[in-house]
Amino acid sequence: MRRLSRNLAPYLLSLPSWVYLAVFFVIPLGSMLGLALATGDPLDGYVMSDNFSEFSLAFSQYHAEFLRSFIYGAISTIITLIIAFPVAYWIAFYGGRNKSTYLFLLVLPFFVTFVIRVLAWEFILSDQGFVLGTLKNLGLIPQTAHILSTQWAVIGGLVYNSLAYYVLPLYVALEKIDRRVVQAANDLYATPAIAFTRVIIPLSAPGIFAGFLLVFVTNVGDFVNAFILGGPGTYMIGNVIQDSFFDNQNYPLAAALSSMLMFLLMIAIFLYAKAFGTDTIQDYAA
Amino acid sequence: MSTTMIMPIMRRPKMEIGRRLLAAYTGLVIIYTMIPIAVMIVFSFNIAPNGRVALKWLGFTLAAYRHAFGIQDLTGALINSLIIGVGSAVISIILGTPLALALTRYNYRAKTTTDIVIFADIAAPAVVVGASLLSLFLELNIPRGLITILISHVAFNVAFAVVVIRARMTGLDRSLDRAAADLGATPWVAFWSVTMPLILPGIVGAGLLGFAMSIDDLIITNFVAGQTLTFPLWVYGATKIGTPPQVFVLSTLIFAGGVGLAVINSLINRRADRRRQG
Repeated sequence: MRRLSRNLAPYLLSLPSWVYLAVFFVIPLGSMLGLALATGDPLDGYVMSDNFSEFSLAFSQYHAEFLRSFIYGAISTIITLIIAFPVAYWIAFYGGRNKSTYLFLLVLPFFVTFVIRVLAWEFILSDQGFVLGTLKNLGLIPQTAHILSTQWAVIGGLVYNSLAYYVLPLYVALEKIDRRVVQAANDLYATPAIAFTRVIIPLSAPGIFAGFLLVFVTNVGDFVNAFILGGPGTYMIGNVIQDSFFDNQNYPLAAALSSMLMFLLMIAIFLYAKAFGTDTIQDYAA
Repeated sequence: MSTTMIMPIMRRPKMEIGRRLLAAYTGLVIIYTMIPIAVMIVFSFNIAPNGRVALKWLGFTLAAYRHAFGIQDLTGALINSLIIGVGSAVISIILGTPLALALTRYNYRAKTTTDIVIFADIAAPAVVVGASLLSLFLELNIPRGLITILISHVAFNVAFAVVVIRARMTGLDRSLDRAAADLGATPWVAFWSVTMPLILPGIVGAGLLGFAMSIDDLIITNFVAGQTLTFPLWVYGATKIGTPPQVFVLSTLIFAGGVGLAVINSLINRRADRRRQG
């Protein structure tokens, strides 16, 4: 009896979360796929069918937005990595006793809700705001100069909002590096540049990839930066999904688009899990 | 240990300059992350003509602070956000703690699958999670509102709760609860009197993270909210017509409160650590 309960224990402990995640995470992904294949309209309801035409329509109509999302996602993630790595490196190697204070300062902006952080950038960058407006009044830049509504405003917003999400996994990876390995490289007459590229970068690879995955996936699916900082020419796939659900009420199209997005990103996640395992992401995720 | 070992490298003058540059660079990045926050705080004290935040500095006023709760639906939206934040944090802890316990203490068949689902839940893009939950609610004809927002926030917070609590449990000394068992404690008693106090910081951390994630979320909420508004949703809806100063005021107050709590929490922890060592 006792042994039986011991064998059952992990299953009983897991059951509540399993049920919850099955009903509100796994099954919804299926219903989204189902909705994508359905025919009908919001007033008369939907009939399940195997209407794959929505997928080809979605792709032929919106491949530009898909492409743009992946390009913005990739560029913003690479820029974030370049900005974040030296910061994480300095904190991990030279932060001394105040490491946690520096990390705390980096996550401080999270005490302000996401949409207001983006809104504040809209303020800072606006055509007549105190940056561009002042420069224009001084005659340093032409009156027509603008940053908002350009792709760089959107990419800049994405970079700003992902910075801390990238510093943290990089920090965790760099912190784990045994300093004696770096010391050994130096003893063997490696120049600092070689020690860095041949020892530190390879050893921090799990953090680089974990951060890349988290930031890239988040940024590809974002529509808030494009909505607030961008213009019609910078719409991303998230904006299209959002509009098809709420403005056009074309649910099957919206569901088809998000199913395709999920499918493309699942490939990326699957490749990551194959290469690094699922345990590592949990080390770096939170 | 490590600092003494790398001393010889650090003494090289070239390295010294590099280190200084890196430190200055880190400082600049930290300042950069603060810019929008500073702008928000400063402009919450700006004179706001027509009840909208002005782009230029027009003069100092406390008017918006005096009427901080003057916009009824904005205040209502903030209250909704607080209810959902606390509710989803508590529920995700209750669901996540037993799973974290199972994953750290037992080797069982479904472990890998569970890992993959948790991993996917964290890595899945918000727009997909939101769209899929909305699909489910549409198909089942569930009316969207406070409850569906709460359900959706728990759906992403559970995964984070499991990861944070699990990280705390992994570092625990198992001999303590074996000792409790040897002394005749039932697993239930051992859990509440030995394990629970030890993992409490992890649980509190998971709760705070969940609350923060919930208050921060716009994308998933936007899909499942129906006519109900949360604080971020209200702000998002107002972006194209002009932002009232109360948005910056309430956000500044939340920021001040959050930072204050975080500082108090770290001071308490530091004192507790010192007492443990001394």
